Amino acid sequence: MQEWIDLLMVLVAVTNLAILGVSRLRTCIRLSAIQGALLGCLPLMVGPLESWGPILLALVTIAMKGWTLPWLLERSLVEAHVQREVQPFVGYNASILIGVIAIAASFWLNSRLPLPFTPAGTLMIPSAFFGVLTGLFILVARRIALNQVIGYLVLENGIYAFGLVLMPHQTLLVELGILLDLFVGVFVMGIAIFQINREFDHIDADRMTGLRDWSDE
Amino acid sequence: MIAILSSILSVVLALVLAPLLLGVVNRTKAIYAGRKGQPLLQLYYDLYRLLRKGAVYSRTTSWIFRAGPIVGLAATALAIPLIPFGGGRGLFSFAGDFFFAVYLLGVVRFLWVIAALDTGSSFEGMGGSREVAFSALAEPALLLALTAVAWMTRSLSLSDMVGRLSWTLGPGVAPIAMVGCTLFVVFLAENARIPVDDPNTHLELTMIHEVMVLDHSGPDFAMIQYTAALKFWLLGAILIGVLLPFETLPTTVRWPVALGGMFTLAILVGIVESTMARLRLLKVPQLLGGACALAIFALILVVR
Amino acid sequence: MIAALVLIPILAAIACLLIRDSRRLGAILIATATIHLILTGLCWAFEPGGLWQGWLALDEAGKLFLTIVSVLFAGSALYLQEYFRREADSPHESESVFIACLLFFLATMTLVTVSRHFSLLWVAIEATTLASAPLIYFHRSPGSLEATWKYLLICSVGIALALLGTFLLAAAGTAAPTPVELSVADLTIHARELDPAWLKAAFLFLLVGYGTKMGLAPMHSWLPDAHSEAPSAVSALLSGALLNCAFLGIFRTLQVCTAAGIDKFAGDILIAFGLISMGFAAIFLLRQVDYKRMLAYSSVEHMGILTLGIGLGGLGSFAGLLHAVNHSLTKAALFLLAGNIIFAYRSKSIESVSGLFGRIPATAILWAAGFFAIVGSPPFGTFVSELTILRAALQQGHGWIAATYLGLLSLALIGMAGAVLKMLYGPSSSQGPLPENRLSLITPLIFAVLVLALGLMIPSGLSRTLASAAALIGGTAP
Repeated sequence: MQEWIDLLMVLVAVTNLAILGVSRLRTCIRLSAIQGALLGCLPLMVGPLESWGPILLALVTIAMKGWTLPWLLERSLVEAHVQREVQPFVGYNASILIGVIAIAASFWLNSRLPLPFTPAGTLMIPSAFFGVLTGLFILVARRIALNQVIGYLVLENGIYAFGLVLMPHQTLLVELGILLDLFVGVFVMGIAIFQINREFDHIDADRMTGLRDWSDE
Repeated sequence: MIAILSSILSVVLALVLAPLLLGVVNRTKAIYAGRKGQPLLQLYYDLYRLLRKGAVYSRTTSWIFRAGPIVGLAATALAIPLIPFGGGRGLFSFAGDFFFAVYLLGVVRFLWVIAALDTGSSFEGMGGSREVAFSALAEPALLLALTAVAWMTRSLSLSDMVGRLSWTLGPGVAPIAMVGCTLFVVFLAENARIPVDDPNTHLELTMIHEVMVLDHSGPDFAMIQYTAALKFWLLGAILIGVLLPFETLPTTVRWPVALGGMFTLAILVGIVESTMARLRLLKVPQLLGGACALAIFALILVVR
Repeated sequence: MIAALVLIPILAAIACLLIRDSRRLGAILIATATIHLILTGLCWAFEPGGLWQGWLALDEAGKLFLTIVSVLFAGSALYLQEYFRREADSPHESESVFIACLLFFLATMTLVTVSRHFSLLWVAIEATTLASAPLIYFHRSPGSLEATWKYLLICSVGIALALLGTFLLAAAGTAAPTPVELSVADLTIHARELDPAWLKAAFLFLLVGYGTKMGLAPMHSWLPDAHSEAPSAVSALLSGALLNCAFLGIFRTLQVCTAAGIDKFAGDILIAFGLISMGFAAIFLLRQVDYKRMLAYSSVEHMGILTLGIGLGGLGSFAGLLHAVNHSLTKAALFLLAGNIIFAYRSKSIESVSGLFGRIPATAILWAAGFFAIVGSPPFGTFVSELTILRAALQQGHGWIAATYLGLLSLALIGMAGAVLKMLYGPSSSQGPLPENRLSLITPLIFAVLVLALGLMIPSGLSRTLASAAALIGGTAP
């Protein structure tokens, strides 16, 4: 089972790399959906299947991260008439390069912080760290508000994977609460994107410069 | 003795069958498009025809222009015996020969590019610059992928690397699959196939490889075409050698599997060319960069 | 009792969503705030029992912060009665949604103060972000939308990092021979068995995560925007209550770190963050053109001060908590007064406000008093707490920290004094004084008097609570 988990984590990491290198917003959203669905399978592999907990968590995760949230994002993509290109501050190849560096950094971090127990899969922690780093990078390196939400989702996915490492030691209720929060969060962000688009005729976060500390005199 | 004979046989097969593979690619595309298509052996006829013709040389070209095709063919032919085929060993092998093979291909490209520059035509110069720009990404991807394979097999010689990865269908395939993807992308890029380059276009401003060799004619062009076919075979042999676990197969089926693999690869290329469009030039570095990233990821996974 | 504290605002919020009548909405708001305040008062008299195997319980620190939240909310509710009447003609979102969100905000903040489990704490703090985002967008202007977006995104990311920190804490807990729950009680009991490396990593992530929400520099960038764009009563709650709730997250982490014996490591980092925040704030206070932003940066400064206080430990912990109380009351009063000034001058820029004494004298007097309180001059409570922090720094032989602290405090004083004096004096733009509404003055007046009283004498009950709360993070009472 451990090898299958590792294979899954490799796939998750590859979707992260793909999100970094892809130029279409819609593809980005789809990739995040695939990533969510992959992570949704994880509780089934990690958790003890005797109880209903992991199955419930898996179902909720797949429904939420694999379907509902991407659907919400796609809807705001359509409704807000967003430019379909990602428009990065940092180019695609540079992003991929940073992604590769982030992978290396994640493995290094993993070797520096040995877990007190043996995780279900040896790649779970590096992959989780990689997700966190990718999410943070997308948040700062992409121009469009919608894309920043995708970055936030990727970040959350990384943290979720990390949480699953600890699943044998933790209450599932927590994970469900987190999913609920995430759902509401993205929902509110979706509304905000819609409003931003109506108000500014664009959703470029970098053009929101109305508020600052002193005027340009 | 048998081992040496089989190595010699693999070299002979490569030299003889390479143009046939391109025929298979063309036939696949024709079938996909609902055409009858050119004969499978068309490239052989073309080569024969070109060899009988005389060459035309522009007055502005120098010896570099003439040396390009000859040295290119020689370098590729030198790389062929290094590549093991059908689970055997290459005719020659030494530690680090995969670097040698990759850089022999680099020499070919270098000579073709300076031959293109030698014509002084801005059109060919543009083709050369694109070729160099893209191979600057394809070459590291190839080397990184081969390094990952070298690490997995704990050897530095192509003969001990290619066809030596034993795996079963299951969880452990992640790095091998990633290396395979990288090698396939590099294979398409280096052979100027879709989605990187379109071998059918000859007079578009977007093409890469064909524009570079536009001024070559007669035997020179035949050599270039033959070199391209050999390169197709060479990279294809590495690709199927990495993907197929020859070690675990019984000796008798290794050769048929290897040949079948090569033709399947050719058919696959035909299908890719029929179903995909060529990428915009700006996107090609993204594709190759992604291939590089996959190779590095695979390397990290196996080194870890 | 704890259940009632959380559930009553939620029920009231749901009721608000169903009601459209503005007067009844106001009544619900006041009623809920009053009930909440009474219940909080009862918590001081009777020890409330825990719920859910101790996931929800009220300890001394929780009680302290619950009281701050409740008092501030009651004050803001009172102020809002007047606010809605005078904002009736400007575009804004529907009152029922606004008040419902406000009550949800109260419920989530209450939940933060009673959470004794790190996961629940996280869920509650994240919920405060979601409940308060619509409050910032009240005015429906491009500026408020921009502020809302920054607030949502930056705080969500911060909170996500805090979640990672929570998981790291759980990972540290797996080193213990027996399974350790993520509850504060369990973690402090088994603190010595936690894996120190993971605990340190957890502390860093939780500090950065909750620190983002608390407005510690350099993660503070959302704070000035959100505070300046939100309606004044909301700014008062954000600055006085919400920042403290986020601080409680850091406080809980520090509690575990202290029990695990890595308080030196944690303290040094807290001191660094505290001084950096004070430095950032001081620089931005020097040439501020917008008085609400000025108050926001002053919040960053004061969050820095109390972080420095608990980072120093010992006497500093006590002073830091006292400072949280003082700062909340003072800043809430100032933000509410800023609301009055905006109403009178229709502008947030310092440039266009002058002659407050001539135009709105009552607000002006309180504004001046608030200014003296916020810069920490005697006899206000802030003076006592800031002085105690200085004493703590000197006692522990941190001469350089004490000097930097004093320097930054005076820089902030200079920056704010220039702006406030310009606003108070100078030519009054119009003829006579404007009429001022009593409702909009009573809350700032009460808060100002409270801060003044705290400066003169700290009630023994409060002093005991502060001392035992400080003892949780290894602090001592003077």
